[in-house]
Amino acid sequence: MKKHLHIGILALQGDFAEHAQKLRDLGCEPVEIRRANQLESLDGLIIPGGESTTNAKLEAAASSFSSSATPEIPIFDAIKKKAQNGMPVWGTCMGSILLAKEIEGSAQGRIGLMDISVRRNAFGPQRASAEIPLEIPALGDKPFPGIFIRAPLFIKAGKKVEVLCTIDEGFVMAREGNLLATAFHPEITSDDRVHRLFLNMIGSGK
Amino acid sequence: MAKVKATSNGHHMNGSAERKTGTETVKRALPAMLKGGVIMDVVNAEQAKIAEDAGACAVMALERVPSDIRKDGGVARMSDPQLIIEIIEAVSIPVMAKARIGHFVEAQILEELGVDCVDESEVLTMADEENHIDKNRFTIPFVCGARNLGEALRRISEGAAMIRTKGEAGTGDVVEAVRHARSIFGAIRRLQSLSKDERYSFAKEIGAPIDLVNEVADLGKLPVVNFAAGGIATPADAALMMQLGVDGVFVGSGIFKSSDPAKRAAAIVKATTYYNDAAVLAEVSRGLGDPMVGRSAKSLSESELLAVRGI
Repeated sequence: MKKHLHIGILALQGDFAEHAQKLRDLGCEPVEIRRANQLESLDGLIIPGGESTTNAKLEAAASSFSSSATPEIPIFDAIKKKAQNGMPVWGTCMGSILLAKEIEGSAQGRIGLMDISVRRNAFGPQRASAEIPLEIPALGDKPFPGIFIRAPLFIKAGKKVEVLCTIDEGFVMAREGNLLATAFHPEITSDDRVHRLFLNMIGSGK
Repeated sequence: MAKVKATSNGHHMNGSAERKTGTETVKRALPAMLKGGVIMDVVNAEQAKIAEDAGACAVMALERVPSDIRKDGGVARMSDPQLIIEIIEAVSIPVMAKARIGHFVEAQILEELGVDCVDESEVLTMADEENHIDKNRFTIPFVCGARNLGEALRRISEGAAMIRTKGEAGTGDVVEAVRHARSIFGAIRRLQSLSKDERYSFAKEIGAPIDLVNEVADLGKLPVVNFAAGGIATPADAALMMQLGVDGVFVGSGIFKSSDPAKRAAAIVKATTYYNDAAVLAEVSRGLGDPMVGRSAKSLSESELLAVRGI
């Protein structure tokens, strides 16, 4: 079943190659997404780590290229529409910021789908970035190697949000229907359990 | 929205005791998040803001941009900490800053200030002509310049978490960055064609540790992120380097020495993402005003070359 899944990875800027490798290892065919018109055939989408302000600038730019064969809607709007029609979307670190409806103290561009509030750079500068073993009941007993890089924290959640992992400062993994958010980076570990969880979310929706 | 309730089942292990900062994984991961992006040289908070608004994925704080260092001469050092603090406060993207080669105290100060990554840079005057900084001793990652695979692996063995080509900074001439990128990628391809027992003499020839040579042979690439730097002045230059295989680009004097920095910066950001799309490249390259004047790398006298520092 997994072989036939077409999973996109937003590839404007960030560590999309690491996600692509993980998906290939799991037998999927990842597609790098840089234009809104590439989204149509996808079964699911991953938004990688990267810089959220950079991605917000780029997604707005892509829709205005006069070289486009047909006028394009901005990528974030296209993702929002697809996700509202049921396509599973998973955001890691930056991806979770772009998925959140609320970014604390910021009006920056976002997809704005998930009923969570995020605090950017919640741990402080890079010297506070850390590896933290995480207890995530949804993944089984074995701790998951959480890698937090200038990471956000999720500080508020709506009623329909299922919190999947909490650390001292706040929560760092959550699911709301077809949306998944992690403040950490499963794509740069050798553990594929979060990627499998996301593939299951796609499989169960089909 | 409701306050978060912990779903933890009593014994809760996600505490601070288990936390490990400054590991090799954590240090190499920061540059990995910058891939496909543009890191821009800035000398003050105002420029940093322009860079962030244009879509830079990080800024590089330095005292003077390389073309001014070339013009003014004198000793080039780490930036004034006051300026670095103002830059950190002005933007939400990562802030890097340059320290002199071998000047580990400048690096200690930068780490203390909350800089996200140190560039141990040949663009500044060297503080030690024999030794680089022992970067393994720091919590934050370092980026270092390299002209070839041997240099890159020597820096990685010292703890560099990111490599960039040296190019010739401050010239606006991309020729040296191209040379360095081709040299590194070409050497990796040659290495991969060797049998395992031939790797020892290859390691000796390029002056690199055998364990890193083996790692590169197995991976088919450097074990850290590899950006282009030195002489990139146009969207086409950035896309050229991306098509050659680098993970992202640094732009130094090329932005703030051009006639319309905000517009040129935004165009280079787009060119770095859409580096394989000639239609987009043609579009974003239009009407950017004058690029930095520059001078050809060939016209530099031997004493003006920066790339030969710290090999």
